[in-house]
Amino acid sequence: MRLIILFLIGLVFGVGISISGMANPAKVLNFFDFAGTWDPSLIFVMGGAVVVTFIGYRFVLKRPAPMMDVKFHLPTRRDLDLTLIAGSAAFGVGWGIAGFCPGGALPALGTGRSEVFIFVGALLAGIFAAKFIKSAIANRATAQA
Amino acid sequence: MIETAFTPYASLGGGALIGLASVALMAVAGRIMGATGILAGILQPSSFSDWSWRAVILAGMIAGPLVVMMFTGQMPAVQVPISTTMLIIGGFIVGLGVTFGGGCTSGHGVCGMARVSPRSIVATVSFMIATAITVYVIRHIFGA
Repeated sequence: MRLIILFLIGLVFGVGISISGMANPAKVLNFFDFAGTWDPSLIFVMGGAVVVTFIGYRFVLKRPAPMMDVKFHLPTRRDLDLTLIAGSAAFGVGWGIAGFCPGGALPALGTGRSEVFIFVGALLAGIFAAKFIKSAIANRATAQA
Repeated sequence: MIETAFTPYASLGGGALIGLASVALMAVAGRIMGATGILAGILQPSSFSDWSWRAVILAGMIAGPLVVMMFTGQMPAVQVPISTTMLIIGGFIVGLGVTFGGGCTSGHGVCGMARVSPRSIVATVSFMIATAITVYVIRHIFGA
């Protein structure tokens, strides 16, 4: 039952991404191309998503716990560090090159288009490389301590 | 470059559905709807239940375009205006960036912004600026 509900939540997300244009690199890149073929559509995606989530979270997070779990799993860190800023900036560079972000590309796999599979393959390679670098840094830190 | 039509209603509706899914996931499972976190958790699960909830969400996401196809008779447009090499380079950099940055457009940009998390606001501003600069440099300085 829980898994069926979660599948449907993923489906709503996937339909939302599909009709919003976030799964279309040409549209994403045009959103950022103020000096060229500008298409402001994606501000409506972000605006709609953030407003609905902001309002919805107000109600949901007032409850003591979610319906099918014992607690809310929320990030607790509030500090700003270079890793966050530089990592996010790097993500922006990649997004600006490819036009796909992870949330846009994962639903787009359903279209069966080979470009999406190529992107997601490269994305996975990047995630693994970053995890490898992270653990190498952590190991060196423990070795020095 | 490919011109794309301005689609405020479809984009607003799609955005609202993304928001609805994010709220539903928090209400049901108490989790952030972040594509990066969901994908990373599938690759390196800590337990079966930790893996399974993410796997079914991913399956639902992938079914999204098929449902759109059922209702509209056509797949959502995926127009890729760049070379395969650039697609691979971009994908690899996105993978590095979202792992170090701890999230992407959905996790930081939607859920984090909605929680008014300082880390997510800084991350979102950071990647939006970097994306705009990258597109400008590629299209208007290199003229690709």
